Amino acid sequence: MSLLAAAGINMSSIKIRTNRVAGKTQIRILIAHPMENGLNRNTKTNELIPAHFIQLLTVKYNEEVIVTCNMDARISKDPYFAFMLKGGNAGDKISINWTDNLGNKDAQDHIIGM
Amino acid sequence: MSDNRREFIKKSVALGGIAASELLGSQRANAEWFSEPAPDTNMLEETLKRLIKDKTITETGKIDINLPKVAEIGSLVPITVTSSLKNVVSIAILVDEKPAHLIAKFELSPALDAFVSARLKIPTTSDILVIVETNEKYYSAREKVNVVIGGCGN
Repeated sequence: MSLLAAAGINMSSIKIRTNRVAGKTQIRILIAHPMENGLNRNTKTNELIPAHFIQLLTVKYNEEVIVTCNMDARISKDPYFAFMLKGGNAGDKISINWTDNLGNKDAQDHIIGM
Repeated sequence: MSDNRREFIKKSVALGGIAASELLGSQRANAEWFSEPAPDTNMLEETLKRLIKDKTITETGKIDINLPKVAEIGSLVPITVTSSLKNVVSIAILVDEKPAHLIAKFELSPALDAFVSARLKIPTTSDILVIVETNEKYYSAREKVNVVIGGCGN
């Protein structure tokens, strides 16, 4: 376990929240990412800011892929997504993975609470 | 001036194409997706054809698109799509403007409800088109959103 993780500090770009609602589980995801479309200019230098956006997002439920999302830079900066799982129990694992157009990736797990 | 417009359209189709091309798989399909359409093509039809390859799409009231009527800030437009259709396989969100553009496609397993929330960048007042794929056919619905301050930038 890294020092930061041991100290309880999570440096992932991904935040996952789940809440049980009437026998279902709502999954909410917030990712820190610029989602630049490549058409904006730096206001000071007037240089084009290169495209930098998440292209692929996957959600797994206990190792089974339940969402595959292909997206482009028209998704807002710091992407937010919500999904509704039929069922879902305390102790189940939700895993998020993303890949962007520059080949960067990140991943995060979350255990459904009580 | 027209060269810049062609570049912009090519870039926009490509941006949309990068997302969907992951799904198409074959080299030929990729080449088709990235090839530039003729200048007078209806861009939404073109995007739809490439997305669903000539299958028919039925408009339906069974898709609910929850969008603000007026989006104060075009760079952060919240959308929630739900549907009472059975056996939903995927939900695609497009914006019908010039050029038409596939924003995201969500493939959902049967473990999930037909429900997706996201936040979109919408540069100007336009229609949002949602295409829901079930195991049998494709359905669509559209909803207009008025944008006050346009948002493709931050």
